[in-house]
Amino acid sequence: MKNLSALIAGLVFGLGLVISGMADPAKVQNFLDVFGTWDPSLAFVMGGAIAVTLPGFRLVAQRGRPLFDERFRLPSRSDLDAPLLGGAALFGIGWGLGGFCPGPALTALPLAAPGTLIFVPAMFIGMWLAKNVPMMTRPSPGV
Amino acid sequence: MATEFTPFASLIGGMLIGVSAVILMGLNGRIAGISGIASRLLDARLGGSEERPGLFFIGGLLLAAPVYAFVNGALPTQTVSNNLPLLAIAGLLVGFGSVFGNGCTSGHGVCGLARLSSRSLVATLTFMATAFVSVYLLRHVIGG
Repeated sequence: MKNLSALIAGLVFGLGLVISGMADPAKVQNFLDVFGTWDPSLAFVMGGAIAVTLPGFRLVAQRGRPLFDERFRLPSRSDLDAPLLGGAALFGIGWGLGGFCPGPALTALPLAAPGTLIFVPAMFIGMWLAKNVPMMTRPSPGV
Repeated sequence: MATEFTPFASLIGGMLIGVSAVILMGLNGRIAGISGIASRLLDARLGGSEERPGLFFIGGLLLAAPVYAFVNGALPTQTVSNNLPLLAIAGLLVGFGSVFGNGCTSGHGVCGLARLSSRSLVATLTFMATAFVSVYLLRHVIGG
């Protein structure tokens, strides 16, 4: 059942990315280009998503546990550290340069644009480096 | 290149993303953080059952554009840069940064903000800021 719910959640997520325009790098970069061809649409994506998750998470938390698991797996840290800031800063630079973040890039993969076919493997290499190269891995394993 | 302002479609699409995150939390107890789900596939052992839902989630993501094209009768609009070295660098930065910073637009931006996480708020403000700066430099200083 967890596999089925994950498949449906992934499909709904991907459809949301496609319908919202978030899977189109040009639209993402135009959202970020306030001094150029600005397209504020993506503020509505974030707004629409949070308008659902804010009450939705509260609602499901009231049940005490998820339907198909014993407990919610939530990050518990609240401290701010250098890896969080550094990682987010690098992530933002890459997001701006390519117009892709992980979800939209994977969603756009079947459309097989040359840029996407380069971006996705590079993204997985970056993830692998952050997990496996000792000099590059986070000092503390946190969530 | 200019794109059309689509507040209604973007709002509906955003709400679907939110619905997906609530489904994953309510049923499986997991955060819909794409970088976390995707990167955990890298250390999943073949045949391990713990990360299998992650594989199915990514499978759902990959099905979305074909399903949309089938229902809509046309492929989704997208413009991806053909500057392949730039996209390789962008991919490396996005992959590395999202694992190092424990999240991306979905995990920190959509789920973390809704959980009122201070780490996610700071991460979201940070990547929004560097993304604005990198697009500004790319388009108005270097020239894209």
